Amino acid sequence: MGVIVPAGAAARSSVEGYDPKVHDRFFEAVNYELGEKGFVTAPLDDVITWARTGSLMWMTFGLACCAVEMMQASMPRFDMERFGMAPRASPRQSDLMIVAGTLTNKMAPALRKVYDQMPDPRYVLSMGSCANGGGYYHYSYSVVRGCDRVVPVDVYVPGCPPTAEALLYGLLQLQKKIRRTGTIAR
Amino acid sequence: MSGAGTPKAMKALASAAKKACGKAVIDSKVAFGEVTITVKREQIVDVLRTLRDDLGFQQLVDLCGADFPTRADRFDIVYHLLSLTRNERIRVKVSTDEAAPVPSAIPVYPSAEWFEREAFDMYGVFFSDHPDLRRMLTDYGFEGHPLRKDFPMTGYVEVRYDDELKRVVYEPVKLAQEFRSFDFLSPWEGADYVKWSGQLPGDEKAGGKA
Repeated sequence: MGVIVPAGAAARSSVEGYDPKVHDRFFEAVNYELGEKGFVTAPLDDVITWARTGSLMWMTFGLACCAVEMMQASMPRFDMERFGMAPRASPRQSDLMIVAGTLTNKMAPALRKVYDQMPDPRYVLSMGSCANGGGYYHYSYSVVRGCDRVVPVDVYVPGCPPTAEALLYGLLQLQKKIRRTGTIAR
Repeated sequence: MSGAGTPKAMKALASAAKKACGKAVIDSKVAFGEVTITVKREQIVDVLRTLRDDLGFQQLVDLCGADFPTRADRFDIVYHLLSLTRNERIRVKVSTDEAAPVPSAIPVYPSAEWFEREAFDMYGVFFSDHPDLRRMLTDYGFEGHPLRKDFPMTGYVEVRYDDELKRVVYEPVKLAQEFRSFDFLSPWEGADYVKWSGQLPGDEKAGGKA
């Protein structure tokens, strides 16, 4: 066992200027409102975007080796579920499509069909070099030079393949994007 | 079978195959630790049947093509056979051109069906008496045979989603940047002397001491 931390002194207390007795001001305010009035008021847009970021059901579009990293991101080590993201096998239940791998000409109409079946609001995350711009197969006769030629892409995650960590970072960036730009009408 | 894979065993196999298949064999050789026999195109099915029934090559591991554009019979069809009982492998080659069909190996090895479809797809070689000689891997409505040496690497068409037509459309290839072939010999651009002399400056001083 390492150092025994005395009660009330969280590990973060070693950070300069951090006082564990002073709470986050946002949570203080919410706590006060709830305690005093029993309800909280917030703009409806904020509530909706908050709900959207917290339940990004993703369509598994694993096309190549990137799919292995995508699976890894949803496995216990990185655990995408803690951000409310669950894999869905049907496009009709999903909000986000992770295009993981090489998109070929033959697959392109199928990818577009799946995208068209997703209900609005829908987001696309392009994962890996091949999905971003053809990557290694850029000059091939059978590969689409970037999945943005077929579907509109929100976030590009570079890498060949990107690590699960990188994918998770990309997903957090997407959440940030939804929080920033999300409205009722998209 | 002891000694399988030794040069002696391979020579014995090559001569045994030649003897069993008779006049169908044009050439047989042992190179790079592998036995190869070249046979006449019309008799390939007989050769395969002999190899399977008399010499015990039960498995067709692979059937593939190869393109040699300078030859009159520009394509090779290559059969790789494996014998689990003998612990030996043999390679059988036939040559053909764009028009002349190769007899299908399906009567002897049913697994040849998809291999032959793939070879047809990639090289445009025809197989006579194949029950279902369609394209296999390339796109629906694809034109050309991509593994032929005269097929351009980037092909002829590329796809894009058309917002007005609401579907994926095919267009002639338009590359934003031409394909570049990099010279990895030297980290400096334009260092052509590396190509001329085959070594980096200063390497000549090493003089084979490495």
